[in-house]
Amino acid sequence: MAGVAMTETLLEIRGMSKSFGALKASDDVSLDLKQGEIHALIGPNGAGKSTLIAQIAGSLRPDSGEVWLEGHNVTHQDAVARAKAGLGRTFQISSLAMEDTVLQNAMLGALGARRRVPGLWRPVMRDSDLRATAMEALREVGLEEFAHFRTADLSHGQRRQLEVAVALTLRPHVFLMDEPMAGLGAEGSAILVEFLRNLKSHAPILLVEHDMDAVFQLADRISVLVYGRIIATGTPSEIRANAQVREAYLGEEDEE
Amino acid sequence: MRRETLINTILTLGLLAVPLVAWAMDETYAITLATEVVILALAGVGLNLALGLGGLVSLGHAMFFGIGGYAAGILASHAQSYDPIMEWPFLIEGTQSMPVIWLLAIVASALVALATGALSLRTSGVYFIMITLAFGQMFYYFTISWPAYGGEDGLSIYVRDRFPGLNTLDPIQFFGLCFVLLMVCLFIVARLSRSGFGLALNAARQNETRVRAVGIEPYRLRLMAFVISGAITGLAGALYADLNRFVSPVMFSWHTSGEIMVFVILGGVARLFGPVAGAALFIILEEALDGVSDYWHIYLGALLLIVVLFARGGLIGLLAGRNGGGGHD
Repeated sequence: MAGVAMTETLLEIRGMSKSFGALKASDDVSLDLKQGEIHALIGPNGAGKSTLIAQIAGSLRPDSGEVWLEGHNVTHQDAVARAKAGLGRTFQISSLAMEDTVLQNAMLGALGARRRVPGLWRPVMRDSDLRATAMEALREVGLEEFAHFRTADLSHGQRRQLEVAVALTLRPHVFLMDEPMAGLGAEGSAILVEFLRNLKSHAPILLVEHDMDAVFQLADRISVLVYGRIIATGTPSEIRANAQVREAYLGEEDEE
Repeated sequence: MRRETLINTILTLGLLAVPLVAWAMDETYAITLATEVVILALAGVGLNLALGLGGLVSLGHAMFFGIGGYAAGILASHAQSYDPIMEWPFLIEGTQSMPVIWLLAIVASALVALATGALSLRTSGVYFIMITLAFGQMFYYFTISWPAYGGEDGLSIYVRDRFPGLNTLDPIQFFGLCFVLLMVCLFIVARLSRSGFGLALNAARQNETRVRAVGIEPYRLRLMAFVISGAITGLAGALYADLNRFVSPVMFSWHTSGEIMVFVILGGVARLFGPVAGAALFIILEEALDGVSDYWHIYLGALLLIVVLFARGGLIGLLAGRNGGGGHD
């Protein structure tokens, strides 16, 4: 695309609703993600963040509303098609092939990024292009020396890093990250914060995160989700100053 | 050399040595037993691709074994009676040429695998097991009640089918033919499991969501695996028909599916040579224990229980240690 402005909207959610029985998990949610930004989605437990992520990724079908990715309506596409269209997702609970090595998991991502049916004959681990892509992603998250470890033998934090590395190999146009800091510890979080800050210039990030320090350090914009509704969207300082948000969410934490 | 590679080499040499020694000593029965091991191993190699790499617990692989068997039986019976299979709209005659029979067995099993797989792979877990079982039983009852080809009594092949340049009635030559086919199929499966397809299929077995999230559809991978798997087991069925010079609906029964699965589990699920070790062990046990008791399956059952409880990698796993990740380095 020629002449892409920095303010171009890459991901847009329009009026998305999803109910489970009487529970409105998503209630007319609209939000967007622009080129070069980190848009954080915060909210108390049970606010519907994971449900929303699942609908954006395509693994859960909304009752109504639309998802637009780079100007295309992808509402009726499944998770596979959306991944192919450039949506790179990381999972709240690490979702990896645990018996495989770290490198194999990264190679799987690189393989998917080719966006064609995997070959039947050539030994994949000797594919130098895929290997280079996978190793580069592992290097970027600091897992290079663990490449030949079995994924099940990694620590929890390392699995989180691998989760991010697999998303990197996809070279997505949009990142969808569900609590990448969860369980990382202070040092790990600090490293990842730096990493994401650099990453956003490659592709914008819709970031669901519980770590408020990280969110306020990183986010260009923050949306606050409470009971399935977005009650406020704004810059970190606007959100900090928002009385409604303080009452619904931040205030509770300050008192603790 | 990796320990598993060493074990595989020893297995291959052993499988080759037994009939050769028997041939030198003129022990025809031992050659026939070794041939049976090779053919049953081949059926297991087919199933292992779906079961081991793909995690598809198919209890319907007898379907492909039977289709291969009946492909051989039907073609041979028409050739023997000089009665064409059909005359209109074009003439199709029977044949006793093994390459033609194999091709037909492979194509027919692959097509049936495509149709049954396309439906059954929409389910998973216990439903998949039940649907594959149901498809297998459909074929079983169909052949029982189909009088044209012997129905329940089965179908005899009076003279073993022919292969250009070989005397297939000579046990050692027929063994050699089956052995070469087993090696070719093992090579193909080894390549498949090391390919990008194998990596993604193996990952889909462990974590379907992960594979979807990188933009690869697990359904397609599994269907492809199921088709190739069915084709290999179908080829084994055609050879089995020629080994016994007889086919019957038993080839389609769920006992057969179960036995093929037993080879895979005994030898080691997802191990390249697992079915070879499993089929060899099965035949050795059958021979050794059959004399001891008519109820030798009790001992087989006990052994299977021990393997499932204490040695999940089967015989190969026990000898070679933990799997290095689906054959990838």
